[in-house]
This record gives sequence, structure tokens and C-alpha cells, in this order.
Amino acid sequence: MAAHIVLVTGVSGYLGGHLAARLADDDRIERVIGVDTAAPSPALAKLMGRAEFVRADIRNPLIGKVIATAKVDTVVHASPTAHPAGPSARPLHKEMNVIGTMQLLAACQRSPVVRKLVVKSTTAVYGAGPRDPAMFTEDMPINGRLPSSGYAQDNAEVEAYVRGFGRRRPDVDITTLRFTNLIGPTVDTVLTRYFSLPVAVPTVLGRDARLQMLHSEDALAVLHRAVEQDVPGVFNVGGDGVLLLSQAIRRAGRVALPVPGPVVGPVTQLFRRTRLLDFGPEQVRFLNFGRVVDTTRLKTVFGYVPRWTTRQAFDDYVHGRGLRPVLDPDRLAAAERGLLNAVDLLR
Amino acid sequence: MAHARVIPLHGNTTSDTAANGRRARQTARPGQTPTLAPPPVEPPAPELADRLADLVAFARRRLTGEYEVDEFGFDAELADNVLLPPLRRLYQNWFRVEVIGTHNLPDETGALLVANHSGTFPIDAMMTAVAVRDNHPRGRFLRMLGADLIFKTPVLGSFARKSGQTLACNADAERLLRDGHLVGVWPEGFKGIGKPFRDRYKLQRFGRGGFVSAALRTGTPIIPVSIVGAEEVYPKLADLKPLARLFGFPYFPVTPLFPHFGLLGLVPLPSKWFIEFGEPIRTDEFEAGAEEDPMLVFNITDQVRESIQQTLYRLLSQRNNVFLG
Repeated sequence: MAAHIVLVTGVSGYLGGHLAARLADDDRIERVIGVDTAAPSPALAKLMGRAEFVRADIRNPLIGKVIATAKVDTVVHASPTAHPAGPSARPLHKEMNVIGTMQLLAACQRSPVVRKLVVKSTTAVYGAGPRDPAMFTEDMPINGRLPSSGYAQDNAEVEAYVRGFGRRRPDVDITTLRFTNLIGPTVDTVLTRYFSLPVAVPTVLGRDARLQMLHSEDALAVLHRAVEQDVPGVFNVGGDGVLLLSQAIRRAGRVALPVPGPVVGPVTQLFRRTRLLDFGPEQVRFLNFGRVVDTTRLKTVFGYVPRWTTRQAFDDYVHGRGLRPVLDPDRLAAAERGLLNAVDLLR
Repeated sequence: MAHARVIPLHGNTTSDTAANGRRARQTARPGQTPTLAPPPVEPPAPELADRLADLVAFARRRLTGEYEVDEFGFDAELADNVLLPPLRRLYQNWFRVEVIGTHNLPDETGALLVANHSGTFPIDAMMTAVAVRDNHPRGRFLRMLGADLIFKTPVLGSFARKSGQTLACNADAERLLRDGHLVGVWPEGFKGIGKPFRDRYKLQRFGRGGFVSAALRTGTPIIPVSIVGAEEVYPKLADLKPLARLFGFPYFPVTPLFPHFGLLGLVPLPSKWFIEFGEPIRTDEFEAGAEEDPMLVFNITDQVRESIQQTLYRLLSQRNNVFLG
């Protein structure tokens, strides 16, 4: 049975908003209701077409009324933040992520009509460290060595509440999607800002993280499919392949600026103060060690093969953003040809 | 002074060899002998130009990030062009490694290579990687499993991943084996590599046999690898435990040259090496779930250990001299 009346949380955000727009374009879906504390930007609202917007705070029990009166059967919880782009008030995010989820789940539990829940989570729940396996699968334990406060911890708690909800309402299909870092020409996350820092990109000296990324279009397609098909379970969602941090910086035409380990703390503080980037401890760990997940279950059980590999998604971001490379590949290639011609002349 | 003094290069001061040296130098200049045809004018030889072209293309690919890295962080291009060549020099000219039993390595399927560990510093693992890459008919890469200490250490950790290593844990071992890689493991770990010189060639405990359950679960053969020569590169005579604790090392070795000769102590002794790849031990003839049977796992572990120990004794009995072989 396909979804009829869908409620999407966090529609002012990138994923929530664009998902609501996609669902509004889908005739099989009767009604799309978007919820957020702030109204979506005019451009996003225009995209969303027939989707309705309700200004409501999911931390408020009022959300239960929205679900009950509209007879919502499918809830997409797209609001938990994992990689916010800019510095923001941490306690507020924690409230929104964790308390908001608790209220939303309470409201879902009350409603007999709700039969499907789709939750957006992040692979950050696996953590990042030197003792981690090269690739995480869905059955590996989460919440083991996470920094005690942070977005990864929030998402781990959100998942724990969702599992509890699943025990209380076994009749509801729950799909939990753990996204790797989103990238793409239009999405705005901590990584997209990081790689577009002017000229030099700070890295940790002596470390080279393995990065796996997900094109924002693939993320939306996966969310859309989760609404349409009944595919309960937990799924890692990420593009195929890996880019090393140093390699990604080179592909973006930036220059890496390695920072010695002991100075990393003060440097990230500086970035937070100057409001350039919100680099929490978990982001620093991520840039130290990286994280790669196994997406076999996504492809075989969920039935979706990401259209962009990590490398293609990253290149799309680089071209879409019009990042001007410090080391231009075309000029390097020209220099190479020039040098080889000179050698030929000598012969 | 009418004549410049001839300073012989090899410390032999007899006038005879000095004269020989002069003669040799004269014949070493063929361009000046009138009997030879004028040298052809082709300054950079074609192969030199090709090599330059390769080098420039390599530099451009590295600068623009145009290369592939797998999920484990293995960078084959970097390994072949940057990481392996210096090791190969050491392999060929310093340790003069002799490889026995390459035919025991599978052509394209996965296998778990289990080797003895020694030498204070894991040069044995690096030499085994060169041995597999250079002696396998298809030039396969050896993917090694390393201790978490490696991946915790800056610089070392990132180079280890780029050279094809990954963390020694069952998840990674099984993933590599299932993907059909040749995987190298040194189950003695620090107990083996950091053992005192008097215990040389005595195999230590083989961990908990995690490598056997990984092989059983994936049904890949285990190939015992015996390495002779690595024990003598840095003979560990003593262990400065307080210093080890201070730096967070598993041990702080005292060798005949280290630490009192400083950097000179880092030069490995030029022992002659032998690496023997033994007969594969099959693991695919047990029923599913055999890896849950601890008795079976212990038995196979002992079988592998015993096979390596016997080969070590045989190789040692055939060796006449530590440095000459």
C-alpha cells in the first residue's frame, strides 16, 4: 500500500523541503504536509507546489493534533540535523533533535492511522577512530565511542527512541536511513563550506581521512522511495567509492594546509569564533580518520543503487559551485604538453 | 707538486691496485679512443624521454587528485611508484631476499598469508609485501593487517592505509578475503616482533586464532609463511621499559647500535633473508559454522604454527651464515 497523506518534518531545511517538493509532484500521494518552526524560503516554497505548510514546533504536543486531524499515515522525520553548515546554538539543536523526536514519536504512537515512519539519521552514529573497521555495516553497534555531546550523539539517541517506538507499535513500518555526508551543487553542509574555504583548506598533519559522500539528489531519491515502497529496516546510504581528504582537496583545486595535532583545537575554535565553520570534536575526528559504510543492504534489500559515486558527486559539487581551482588541471595539462614538446624538440 | 697523489677508493694502498685504477679510468672513457665511431647525437634516449613523460603525467595526476583509492584507503599507484621502490632496493641489495614456494600463492582467488613476526621493527612485513608483488606471476598486492597502534600514529597510519594495510579485525580481514585479496597477517603481534634476541626463531603465542576463524568463515586457504633473516636486523638485547612507558611504545629496544649510536642505530644489519610460502591449508572442507567450534580453531591455529616453526628450523639448518646465507 502506497502512502497517501505524508507529513514531513523540517521542511525549511534542504532535505525536508526538497523531499516535500518531490512528493508534491507525485500523483500517487494525496496530500503532503510540511512542518517546521520557520517558514521555508520563498524559492523553496515555490518548489513545494501543492504541499501545505504548517508552522508548528515538533517539540509541542500540538503536532499530535496535526497528525490526528489530517489523518496522516506516513511520517517522514527529516529534521534531525547532523552536519549543520554554520555555527549555531548547540543546546537548541539538541532540543530540536532529541526532544522534538520524542514528541513526534509520542504523537505517532497515539494515532492509529500512522503506519509508516521514515527517519533520517547519519552514519556519524558509528563514530570515527583508528580502531574502527574499514567499513561499517548496519549490524555493527552504534553509540560506542561517540563524543558525549554532539550531532552524532543526538542522532544515536534519536535512533534509540525510534527503536523504542518500534517495540511499542510493531504494526508501523520503520525505515531508518543513515546518510553519509551530503554533497552536491546546491546543498549547504559543513563539508561543502569546508572545501570552498578560500585557497587553503586546513587538515590535520599526518592524517588522511577516507571520505564517502552522497549526492543530495540520491539522498532525496532514497527518501522518496522509502515513502513509496514498504522497505522497513536500517540502511546505510552512501555513494560508491572513496576519496581521500587530500585527494578531494586536490580535486577541488584547493591547497591543503596541514595543522599539527596539538594546534587543531585552537584552530577549530578560531573557525567557530569567526563563524566560518562549525567544527565540533566529532567533525575533527571525522577529518582525522574518515568513515566508510557498506551499502550492500541499500542495493539488495532496499533496492536502490546510488546514481552518483562519491567521486562523481564531489566533482558535481566542484563544478556546480564554480570553485576556482588554485591549481588549474587544464593549465597543468598544458604545462605537461609543453614540457614534453620541449623534450621532443631536443631529440 | 708535480704529480697528484692517487687516493685509492677501497683502502688498498699497494701501487699495483693504484695503477689498475688508473688503467681502468682510462678505458672508461671510450669517447676519446679514436678507434670508435663518433658518438651518435641523441641526447635523451627514447626510454629516458618515455620515463620523463611517465613521471610528469604521474605528477599531474597526483596534483589534480586523478587517481583511485579503494574503500580501505589503498592507493595502488602511490604504492607502486613511491612506497615500494625504496623497499625494493633494500629487498634486493641489502637483504638479498630469496623467495621459495611462490607457486603456493593462488593466481587470483583470496588467501590468508600467516607469517612469523620478528625484528623489532616490522621490516619483515614490508619485505613480504615486496616478495609477493615482485614474485607472484600476476604481480598481486599483499594486503596486510596491522595493529591499531599503527593507525593511531600520525603519518605512519595514513601511509599504512595507502600501502594497503588495514586494521587487524575480523570485519576487515573477512571483507578483504571475500573480495579475493591476498591478505597478510602476523598473529604473534608485538609479542613476536618485540621478543628478545635470545628467543629468536621461537614462535610466540598466535593470539586467539582470530585469523583462523576469518579464513574459516570465508573458506579461504591459509598459507604459512616462514621468514628467516628478519630476527637479525635489529637484535633486541634489552628493553628499556620506563622509556617505553614514557613514549607509549610497546617496548623500547636496545640493539647493538641503538640507541647509543643514534641514527646509525637505525641502519638494519644486512642479514641474508629467505621467505618461504608453504603449502596452503584448506579451510573450505568444514561445514558452515565451524568457526564457532573453539577446538577446531585451536587445532588449525596449532597446525599453522607448527608448519611455520618446522620450516623455520629447516631453513635455519640450511643456512651457514647469518649475513651470507
